[in-house]
Amino acid sequence: MTDHYLISPILTHLFSVILLLFCWKKVRLQKVISIASNAIIMMIAVFLWMKVWNQGILSMQGGDWQAPYGITFVADTFSATMILLTAVAGFAVSTFSAAGISKQRIQHGYFPIMHLLLMGLNGAFFAGDIFNLYVWFEVIIIASFVLMTLGGKKPQMEGAINYVTMNLLASVIFLTAIALLYGLTGTLNMADLSLKVALVQNRSMVNVTALLFFVGFGIKSAVFPLYFWLPSSYNTPPSAIAALFGGLLTKVGIYALIRMFTLIFPPDDFLHYLFLFVAIATLLTGAAGALIKRDFRKMLSYLIICHIGYMVAGLGLFTRSGMNGALFYLFQDIVVKTNLFLIAGVIFKMMGTMNMDRLGGLAKSHPRLSALMAIAFFTVIGIPPMSGFWPKISLMRESFTTDSYLLLAALIIASFLTMYVMMKMWTDIFWKPQTQEIPQGKNSFDELRPHHRQLLVIPIAFLCLLSLALAFGAEQVAQVSNRITTELMEPQGYIEAILKPNSKP
Amino acid sequence: MELLLVILIGILYASGLYMMLRRSMVKLLIGLILIGNGANLLIFLLGDLSKGKPPVIDVALTAFQNAYADPVPQSLILTAIVISFGLQSFAVVLLKRVYMITDTDDLDQLNSDDQDI
Repeated sequence: MTDHYLISPILTHLFSVILLLFCWKKVRLQKVISIASNAIIMMIAVFLWMKVWNQGILSMQGGDWQAPYGITFVADTFSATMILLTAVAGFAVSTFSAAGISKQRIQHGYFPIMHLLLMGLNGAFFAGDIFNLYVWFEVIIIASFVLMTLGGKKPQMEGAINYVTMNLLASVIFLTAIALLYGLTGTLNMADLSLKVALVQNRSMVNVTALLFFVGFGIKSAVFPLYFWLPSSYNTPPSAIAALFGGLLTKVGIYALIRMFTLIFPPDDFLHYLFLFVAIATLLTGAAGALIKRDFRKMLSYLIICHIGYMVAGLGLFTRSGMNGALFYLFQDIVVKTNLFLIAGVIFKMMGTMNMDRLGGLAKSHPRLSALMAIAFFTVIGIPPMSGFWPKISLMRESFTTDSYLLLAALIIASFLTMYVMMKMWTDIFWKPQTQEIPQGKNSFDELRPHHRQLLVIPIAFLCLLSLALAFGAEQVAQVSNRITTELMEPQGYIEAILKPNSKP
Repeated sequence: MELLLVILIGILYASGLYMMLRRSMVKLLIGLILIGNGANLLIFLLGDLSKGKPPVIDVALTAFQNAYADPVPQSLILTAIVISFGLQSFAVVLLKRVYMITDTDDLDQLNSDDQDI
């Protein structure tokens, strides 16, 4: 089905950027515009999702050049779900930013850049052309560079160097892989590539290209040997920005990995074992890193890495229920990781520090807020019936039935260590008596005006509710991920929707 | 011509990676630029070099074989050059700011944030 509606989230973000640029110095107006446009985009995303659910895969050809010659935008169920979750996370972060980001940062263009980042994410999820995907990745990273360095504090700049270097290197590797792929097949359209890569005689060259894609996206999604930039940079920017990064930026790498390795390079034995090895190593090293850190956001950064392992494991198993688990995990992880970084922001506002040794006593001073935050903590651990539980059980069962016992052990150990880390966080932050007085002027949360405090709490409550909905609506979510798995594992539907858009009624 | 380009691309990638692994910030930047140019040349090479042929097809021709130069790699390179130009100029400004704030050019000195483990 050809449908021009699917480009509307991108256009709405673009128009909000233009609008926001016109109110450069008007801080309050920028906040209103940003929240309103994110709310509108959330509604658009819901409609788009329903449309894709009811009508099947939608596609749009740029300039009406028929595929594979033009630039293609595609919305299958996977893209539409990612767009929906991006819109949700974007709305939460933009509401949080209205009170959580300082006036100076907003005056230096925080909101326009944030919308550019979200636009890049939307574009990457819609891209049906591999070079177009590269361009959207560049939009994402240039916007994230600016967000990361905005404010110019010393640790921020130091983290930014790692972040910028590794992301630029990843882009070059991605570009190299595109060049090789174009040399092999002479096409860039992903649906067309899926058909033509299978026909290439030179299999070793195809495998080299696949590995280059894996390294390029692996750096972006922070898998085992390539993740060291993440914990050294994600703890430096303000929490609202870190929430956007932690919730969405690594996930777009995972999205690209899943897309590439189901559509274009279905894993052979070597890739299968490579993915399983990388997943095991990511799970264990991420969890181990979280154990030894004492900075709240640094622990969260390592937990991001650890949980990326679950998704790579699902891709590595490459069976229906493995993929199901990976997708379910991906969806709930976006919500909960965004939420945890927002929580970190609120805790920082309350206590003026992120160091676990100096935090404490929040359960006594803010009991209701603590109960709210407990929901997010339990979700990360995956205590049944919270949403982390369902994908984990399906991944574990699948690694059991495919005899991948090492992976099973890694999954269990990583879950256990996650629980240990979250429990340690919980006792240190909430139950431990407060050891030190908060320095004067640091406890800005209680001194905020009530409506500002609400702006900080509402997004957290919103995301907690969403986690609960994902947990108790697990059957529906499983249906969605099941349908996505079918679309991914049998890509004929995707290919036909792009190459012959008008053949079906 | 192909052989020359292959050797040149190899040198650009190798020296770019080597420069990125050095400790100096300026060398890091030079490394990024070199490796980016290597990637652009690689697209150029893999899009099949053809000499003196237009990227459009003559109306009179009925068969496409070797009749025209492929315009796609050139547009890809153009896009990639523009993007890498923007990113590299951002990196230049970033490195200058970092140098002004930390007062050092040594990448190994940039870990004040790791001290608390």
